[in-house]
Amino acid sequence: MSALPAYASTGQRIWHYTFRYVICGFILFFLIAPILTIIPLSFNAEDFFTFTPAMLSLSPEGYSLKHYHDFFTNGDWQQALKNSFLIAPAATVLSTALGTLAAIGLSQSHVPFRRAIMAILISPMIVPLIISAAGMYFFYSRIGLQGTYWGVVLAHAALGTPFVIITVTATMVGFDRSLTRAAASMGADPVTTFFKVQMPLIIPGVVSGALFAFITSFDEVVVVLFLGSAGQKTLPWQMFTGLREQISPTILAVATIMVAISIVLLSVLEMLRRRSERLRGLSPS
Amino acid sequence: MSASTTASSNSSISGSADPLTKDGQPLKRSLARALRREKLRALFLIAPLLIFILISFVLPIGDMLFRSVENKIVEDTLPGTVRALASWDADSGELPDEAVFAALADDMMLAQEVKIHTRLGSRLNYDQPGISSVFRKSGRKIKALDNETAQAGFIAIDPAWDTPDAWTALRSMAAWPGKFAATAQSWKNWEAWYLSEEKEALDPTTTVPHGFTYAALYHDLASMPASDITALANSKNTTAVALFKQLAGKIDTIGNDDFKAQFADIDKGWADIDNWQAIQRLSPRIVDSYFLAAIDAERTSEGIEQKPDNERLYLKLFVRTIFMSLIITGSCILLGYPVAYLLANLSVRASNMVLILVLLPFWTSLLVRTSAWKVLLQQQGVINDLLVWAGVINEAGRLVMINNMTGTIIAMTHILLPFMILPLFSVMKTISPTYMRAAKSMGASDSLAFWRVYFPNTVPGIGAGSILVFILSIGYYITPELVGGTTGVFISNRIAYHISSSLNWGLAAALGSILLILVLALYWTYDRIVGIDNVKLG
Amino acid sequence: MKIIYGLTGAFALSAVALAASAADELPACENCVDELTIVSWGGAYSNSQIEAYSKPYSALTGVEIINDESSNEAVPKLRAMNEANNVTWDVVDVVASDAIRLCDEGLAMEIDADEQLAAAPDGTPASEDFGDLLVSDCFIPQIVYSTTFGYRTDVEAWGDNTPEDVCAVFDTATFPGKRALEKRPINNMEWALICDGVAKDDVYDVLSTDEGVTQALDKLATIKDDVIWWSAGAETPQLLADGEAVIGSTYNGRLFSVIEEQKQPVAMLWDAQVFDLDGWIIPEGLSEERKNRALHYIKFATDTQRLADQSKYISYGPARKSSAPLVGQHAELGIDMAPHMPTDPANATNTFLYNYEWWADNRDDLDAKFQSWLAQ
Repeated sequence: MSALPAYASTGQRIWHYTFRYVICGFILFFLIAPILTIIPLSFNAEDFFTFTPAMLSLSPEGYSLKHYHDFFTNGDWQQALKNSFLIAPAATVLSTALGTLAAIGLSQSHVPFRRAIMAILISPMIVPLIISAAGMYFFYSRIGLQGTYWGVVLAHAALGTPFVIITVTATMVGFDRSLTRAAASMGADPVTTFFKVQMPLIIPGVVSGALFAFITSFDEVVVVLFLGSAGQKTLPWQMFTGLREQISPTILAVATIMVAISIVLLSVLEMLRRRSERLRGLSPS
Repeated sequence: MSASTTASSNSSISGSADPLTKDGQPLKRSLARALRREKLRALFLIAPLLIFILISFVLPIGDMLFRSVENKIVEDTLPGTVRALASWDADSGELPDEAVFAALADDMMLAQEVKIHTRLGSRLNYDQPGISSVFRKSGRKIKALDNETAQAGFIAIDPAWDTPDAWTALRSMAAWPGKFAATAQSWKNWEAWYLSEEKEALDPTTTVPHGFTYAALYHDLASMPASDITALANSKNTTAVALFKQLAGKIDTIGNDDFKAQFADIDKGWADIDNWQAIQRLSPRIVDSYFLAAIDAERTSEGIEQKPDNERLYLKLFVRTIFMSLIITGSCILLGYPVAYLLANLSVRASNMVLILVLLPFWTSLLVRTSAWKVLLQQQGVINDLLVWAGVINEAGRLVMINNMTGTIIAMTHILLPFMILPLFSVMKTISPTYMRAAKSMGASDSLAFWRVYFPNTVPGIGAGSILVFILSIGYYITPELVGGTTGVFISNRIAYHISSSLNWGLAAALGSILLILVLALYWTYDRIVGIDNVKLG
Repeated sequence: MKIIYGLTGAFALSAVALAASAADELPACENCVDELTIVSWGGAYSNSQIEAYSKPYSALTGVEIINDESSNEAVPKLRAMNEANNVTWDVVDVVASDAIRLCDEGLAMEIDADEQLAAAPDGTPASEDFGDLLVSDCFIPQIVYSTTFGYRTDVEAWGDNTPEDVCAVFDTATFPGKRALEKRPINNMEWALICDGVAKDDVYDVLSTDEGVTQALDKLATIKDDVIWWSAGAETPQLLADGEAVIGSTYNGRLFSVIEEQKQPVAMLWDAQVFDLDGWIIPEGLSEERKNRALHYIKFATDTQRLADQSKYISYGPARKSSAPLVGQHAELGIDMAPHMPTDPANATNTFLYNYEWWADNRDDLDAKFQSWLAQ
């Protein structure tokens, strides 16, 4: 479907366009509808998640930047933002590195106790979060990790690894093992083989796994509520307190800022990719 | 997932006479060594993560889940009572006898000193509503119990009972603690009480115990046949011989504070047989009461029974949790597959733009997205407003799309959809377009080529995505709590309640264990029936 | 939240002034650590405590105060800390029913009110000044709040009727629309019985029987289809502001904020409001030095003037009788706070006394029945 061939019939054309613009369009709209909702609400002049009549009539009085002002001037929010960006990347690196290695190990042909090992490794995903949180809280308190930066990072890394394992093994299923054998027969050592042959092929799996791991930590509230103390208060924690204690569109302002940052970041990455493609003389397909 | 090719065996090698490799080694041995090396390498790769997960996760969770059967608090708090109560016939319709109440007085004296009696009360209250106030109210009044009648009785028979020597002699007898189980327990309580009250260890050569221990001794002696007392009077220890000679035949004159009546005065709960049955039932150190509660059952005098209809909750919630998770997984496949397909088949440039749309919600906090769905779905919300404006529904017919099952399904599908799209996309990307072209060139129609060639290749992606989505949804609780109302909440919401609100961690652990077993069983079945590798080959 | 930010600067001055006036009364803390971790709920409530208690205390003593917003998880966290023998909190703000639970579990230490707390300015001992509000040996009450109803004042379907008493909640004919109720049996069961003709004094006797429970649930069943169940206190204000619910229960301070600070078309229904308490506990298992510091802080923070000060920032009533005359004006809005206190005589004409003891015994059991009823 990448490009509709010139000989496509009318039926094929109709299906092609219906699929692409109606079905996928609807689903993509479903995906971003909540974001489209929160952006205007974050400029609400009132302290509620409500489209006020003033907003609907597009009157300037209905809108204000006060929630953004609150976010930028409030030390609690700034500290929470900082903590989130200190914790999530560390947890992601840890879980992606360990998870990718283990996934490669697991996809070898002869792994003893494979099923049991797999069950253990994905257990952080299976156990209800609240049980994990209480159990880890209890255990981490005893070994003095509760309320510390590394305690939260280790817990989040543990929660993130199943995603890396699952996505990487899924790409490994389609991996043609003769490629590594070919590389080995041509004299490449296992490390070179891994980085030159295997890695490029499983990289989509690793990236999506890392993304899941990052989000798991970045958006995680239950475990951090338990394992963190005042010094590890992350954005979700701050948001959670906000939703519980006093609803304020500040959390919508934060979300909007996050969306804006990620759009910029992803666009820059995309631009860089195109640039490097051009430099390498590859025309964008 | 179960991605390996464990099935591919090397059975073809065995059977024939051992061929040799080039360097003269038997091929079998050489292969075995290679196999071993491969196994080791695999384990070596897995080990770091395995160790990490075992220590940082499995151990703590195992510890937590063990609470679903662990119940040592009753015996630890009321050791003497539990021992004395073991012989009580719960169906007799009578309260336990005086010996049990004496032991209770003794145990409670220590328990209130170290402030653990109310903790036991709250534990028992999970199974026996109302008992926690019995313990709470008894705490302070225990100190005022009359407990010296037995002590006075012993001293009246022989003033030597007022000396530490008497107790030292008693404790050095061969029959201690065997014949004096209640007294020995009471002595331990006394030592602990003394340590807590005086902040120093008891010196048995200078003090005699408090009245409760004499009462325990009285009950031990009263329950012995006369021949035993005669036997004690003939033991080797001379001090003890003197003591027991005096006692022989006079046990009945020692007397006893009526603890049963005193307890009934403190709180009428102590005269309630139901409470005693509960204590006896919950005496063992390992109990099944939490698991029974987790499946809406209880142990009554007639055995294990289902709870009355108006108290059943958990089985219904388990079924609902699984049912809704399946629906959510299904909707994720339905919505995720087309988008992943689109992503995999667009030009890199276009697909990256679409990918940004898919990833954007991901960058938005779950709490925010859930709040956004509230704004969209509620009766005075955006969607209803639009529908009324467009004339599709009238003002009175606003749709109820939130605070029920629909709300949970919509919000969770949205939250989990990227977990379906991304694995699908990464699998679809590895499928070469030449497969489809080949099929079509051989005359297959579009749909035939898709279903027979393309789709089977994407099954590992569907498998990975479904497992992710299903398992994640089964354990969610924040979103259902916010948008689920009463019909859209999951079992995890109850687990969370028992962990953070009722402190009934035993029940939470039992519910969590059942959930865990269910998920593992489903995963196992899935692996057996669908078995990703097999489907791919078929 | 906004209130507090506008305020910080202005209030720093008065904090210093306060510090000066209280300095001679506050004896030095002997054998104490110089750091204090205070756990509270976060949001506007924490801010009111920081302004009224913590800032003046820090100014007087130089003690560094760390604020942790974990009160919502306080009960399980304290239990785990206690089991791990690693208690990291010094003073924890909890509601009374949680304090009773913590005390029962041996997780909070007992505090002798007369010995450890300041007497009233006229010399009345603390135990008398707090009176019945000392519902547990481990609990020092701080504020009286009430769970009560707010309703929208612009509901067309109601015509000229305004809700006069709590039974309006159960009257869907006169007052159609969605109701917001808390997703737990406490309070709802009592209101249901009162509106089903049970005398206030008999409520807990009736509720102690199976028939009574059924009666209450049956009454609630008459409005079940019209109820939105909330679990966080901030939900009802949002629902009322949206018009998604027309009447709903929540804490009176939240309603004050909706009505006076956010100027929404909402009014307060003080009828059959259920008084509840929020206050401090000190965890069991602190070292001597930390315990001394915690007690020193509590003594300061629960004296007559400090409790009265807190009501400048939030509309909850001080728990001491002697603080009531000292309640002044809202720190930013400048309105008199006394009429907004749940304890104000005009508001407290028909209040309902929540029976802590009864709920401590029956909470687990009734909750199971209530949740089972909800799930049907």
